[in-house]
Amino acid sequence: MTLPEAPTTALGAGPGFFVELDAYSGPLDLLLHLLREEQIEIADIPIARIADQFLRAIHDMGLNQAADYLDMASRLVRLKAQMLLPRRSEEDGWEDPRAELVRRLLEYQQIREIAVWMGRTAERRAERFARGYLPPPPELPPPPLTLDMIEMLQAVERVITGIPSPVLHRVVARPLDVEGATRRIEALLDQREEFSWTEALGPRPTIVEVLSTLLALLELAKRGLVRLAQPSPFSPMVIARDTARTAA
Amino acid sequence: MTPLAQLLEAALFSAARPLTAEELSTLDPDATLADVRTALEQIREHYDFEQHGVELVELAGGHQILTRPVHAAAIERAQFSVRTPKLTAAALETLAVIAYRQPVGRAEIEEIRGVSAGGVLRSLQERGLIEVVGRSEALGRPMLYGTAPMFLELLGLRDLADLPRAEELTIALQPHRAEAEGEDDAAAYVEAES
Repeated sequence: MTLPEAPTTALGAGPGFFVELDAYSGPLDLLLHLLREEQIEIADIPIARIADQFLRAIHDMGLNQAADYLDMASRLVRLKAQMLLPRRSEEDGWEDPRAELVRRLLEYQQIREIAVWMGRTAERRAERFARGYLPPPPELPPPPLTLDMIEMLQAVERVITGIPSPVLHRVVARPLDVEGATRRIEALLDQREEFSWTEALGPRPTIVEVLSTLLALLELAKRGLVRLAQPSPFSPMVIARDTARTAA
Repeated sequence: MTPLAQLLEAALFSAARPLTAEELSTLDPDATLADVRTALEQIREHYDFEQHGVELVELAGGHQILTRPVHAAAIERAQFSVRTPKLTAAALETLAVIAYRQPVGRAEIEEIRGVSAGGVLRSLQERGLIEVVGRSEALGRPMLYGTAPMFLELLGLRDLADLPRAEELTIALQPHRAEAEGEDDAAAYVEAES
């Protein structure tokens, strides 16, 4: 028996593309890395070769899904095509199509150098501890507080208007009549072996009566005086005398 | 130490952030800014001369009492305090662009770094290292970012002038090149690099 094939989800397929992204902080970084490996002067990039290497690198690392890398890849391919175009003469005001890329690479290299310096500086700073963290204090008005009567009255006004008008609730106690319901059910049990839930409620029951009856039934069932059953799903409950217990 | 120096020391000890000389001068209505500066110098010398475990450091435009680096390892081992986590390369590069080009919009940051910067900008803003300093007049009036005081605190710099100047870097590249001269231009960069 062969092993089941690995699931080919976007994340599971091929080399981990999210992990590899961290190795380079962007397409320019990857490009600089390739140039360094080949010991190539930035000013004289063999575009055709580097474009191919770049495409292979992002393919190998699964980076060909990342828009930033694809953007650079397409720029390189376009440059490669431009370099292949025949030129009439060298002096004929020909502008090196690589100039823009060279400028960007040098600019990026400078930013990298600053970033490295900043990283080292931050690390040195991190070796010196300050007092423990305290949450920043709330913004206070500049001391000492100067306030005239008008401002104060306006402030009081603002506070008063902000108070919601009081809403009073009257809580009415509606006690459940469990004893009454128990008596009613026991009376029914005396007459009949079993009866339905709707019969136990009586005609036009109120919500209080429904709850009282339910509690009474549960209490009686707990004491083993009745059995509660539901013959089929969603059918009314059937209440029956618990013959086994009452006989005992 | 003078009574003023003692007062300033107490205030610096109580604060969790660098305090400026101006802020400190509000402690004593009779003290001038010059008095405060003299007193600060007295505290600094006292810590250094008596070889205290802490020192008075000038950073982010203010003054703060910090432990000396030599004790960092022991303090961390005992887990009394921990170093601020290192920033990622992406965060550092973005900070570098902002520090040197501020006020700068997202589009320019992305152009220089060659990657989208939305996520990094958000997290730098959440950490209080950068802030929105205005809006560009360009289409859509995009937000312009600048470094926040916390950036100087993170690096332990007094002010932005403490950042290395462009001509101190290995690659001397002027931030704005009005005239691009193709190959000549590129050749000049290489010369500067080597």
